[in-house]
Amino acid sequence: MGRSRISRWTVAIPLIWLLLFLAAPFVMVFLISLSEVRLAMPPYAPFIEWVADSWRWNLDADNYLFIWQDGLYFEAFSYSLKVAAIATLCCLLVGYPMAYAIAQAPERWRSWLLLAIILPFWTSFLLRVYAWIGLLKTDGLINQALLALGVITSPLQLLYTDFAVLIGIVYSYLPFMILPLYANLERHDRLLLEAAADLGASTWTRFWRITLPLSRPGVVAGCLLVFIPAAGEFVIPSLLGRSDQLMIGRVLADEFFANRDWPVAGAVAMILLIVLLLPMVGFQKSIQRQSEDGV
Amino acid sequence: MSLSECVKIESLSKHFAETVAVSDVSLSVGRGEIFCLLGGSGCGKTTLLRMLAGFERPTAGRILIDGMDMADVPPNRRPVNLMFQSYALFPHMSVFQNVAFGLEQERVSRTEIDRRVREMLDAVKLEGLAGRKPQQLSGGQRQRVALARALVKRPKLLLLDEPLGALDKKLREHTQFELVALQRQLGITFVVVTHDQQEAMSLATRIGVMNQGRIVQVGTPDEIYESPATRFVADFIGSVNIFEGHIGNSGEGGLIAHCGALQIPLPSRVAMPDGTRLALALRPEKIRLQRQSDTGAQVGQRGTVEEVGYLGESSHYRVRLDDGTPLRVDVVNHRRDASQRIQRAERVTLTWSADDLIVLTD
Repeated sequence: MGRSRISRWTVAIPLIWLLLFLAAPFVMVFLISLSEVRLAMPPYAPFIEWVADSWRWNLDADNYLFIWQDGLYFEAFSYSLKVAAIATLCCLLVGYPMAYAIAQAPERWRSWLLLAIILPFWTSFLLRVYAWIGLLKTDGLINQALLALGVITSPLQLLYTDFAVLIGIVYSYLPFMILPLYANLERHDRLLLEAAADLGASTWTRFWRITLPLSRPGVVAGCLLVFIPAAGEFVIPSLLGRSDQLMIGRVLADEFFANRDWPVAGAVAMILLIVLLLPMVGFQKSIQRQSEDGV
Repeated sequence: MSLSECVKIESLSKHFAETVAVSDVSLSVGRGEIFCLLGGSGCGKTTLLRMLAGFERPTAGRILIDGMDMADVPPNRRPVNLMFQSYALFPHMSVFQNVAFGLEQERVSRTEIDRRVREMLDAVKLEGLAGRKPQQLSGGQRQRVALARALVKRPKLLLLDEPLGALDKKLREHTQFELVALQRQLGITFVVVTHDQQEAMSLATRIGVMNQGRIVQVGTPDEIYESPATRFVADFIGSVNIFEGHIGNSGEGGLIAHCGALQIPLPSRVAMPDGTRLALALRPEKIRLQRQSDTGAQVGQRGTVEEVGYLGESSHYRVRLDDGTPLRVDVVNHRRDASQRIQRAERVTLTWSADDLIVLTD
């Protein structure tokens, strides 16, 4: 009896947590997104009002319609998704070999190599992004080095470009790609590769037909961990990116803080959430399928 | 090298840092043979197998397969396939894809692959399960997938690492016969590694017994069992009674071994000088056990039954001879009547033919 009460509570605690800090704010933001802006405090119309002897709901989908009709938002969305997708791909291409190498390294080395991956987290995120400004700016380290080496004759415009945003995102989120990939690759049964070799497969075929398909859950998890925060990234594009092309995170912040248009900001947030939820659902499906296979 | 030789191993050694896993092994396996490498854990049998497959590089010595030196041939180019102890089936592929994998590496046409995989799955009785994933199969079915996957490439040599190790006893006996039948049908040479002497005895045409990295004896199951070359082999295969002693004063018509208080006549073919130290090995089933009341004459050794282990088809007796030597005797229970069987604490006479003694001098 006492035991089941305890187990009921252990379930209740995360449930209450989710209710308070996820479901409640979600409902709030959703309602605000259906409301309309007011020059007041809070800066949106009450959800429900007493008008002419009856309660009237003050909610409609106007903000969503507005976002749909204004090309700025669509462009910011598609730009963000594009940047996030390219950054995710770069993280995968850089992270996979690294994760693979760590998983292959002698056991006593692995924890040190992992530590090296996590080490940058010991300094502030903001500081690390600022450091990239120092590297990328016109008279920054990279340009100076290239000039000194004679590769270029005049400094390159590196900062405030898509390239800079990409570098910033890849650099910042790479560990989120490497860690789940490593966790997956490290568990692989080496005998499967021996079996494949025994059956005549070359090194490349062994990787392509055995290692890669078996690491799919790690690839998917890593990609989601990079893609989702990258799509909503605010700091990196603000500091390193172009001023003429906004990412959706920046738009969201501007709507909220600069325009004080909470309803539109709320609608942008809801759309962003839904767009990012779709790959999560797909991931869940693929994990389910894999566990049915027992992989 | 004769044409009927499939594998020839010449003074092969493998050292890992400090330890010697395989030490100066020379061996040849004939085409179509089922050769069993038998030994306890850590005796080097698996290392030897892995060198044949190409996963370990020999420290010294040569391996020839079908007359070709394998020194610089990587595992994926050897005409050899290995059935892994854990089967190592690809979990993300179906049974069909697992079996087809090896053929795909040979650039065989799709229709040819299809035909040969189906044929192989038929041979191992997995026709209906081609679409299943390994996780959806029983242990016995997985074992057969592993076998089919290794055999479908028609290797010159199939290596099997404890092929029946993961199966339960009933299935194991059944599979044993199937394996032999399949091997005869395909005519592929098998080299089997096992620690299970019964498995080795029932599968093998010849057995190589390994100990501490060396092959201590090679022979047919019968030779290994009835004429073990060393005490280790005698002791490792089956149960055995060992008497230690030396050649005593030659009696009339043959030598006598003095083993403690016992005087044991030796087989007539044995010729050794007086005083030679030796050990006599005697299999428990070679001893005849009789109630003392049934034997009038003063023949054989006398003792008392200390323990009886009834196993159904046979009984194991522990008898203490009057001089204190313990002996194990196995008796087949060919009568149902329990009163016919010798019971605990009975006085008994033990007799055996001198020819059933194995004389060991190592």
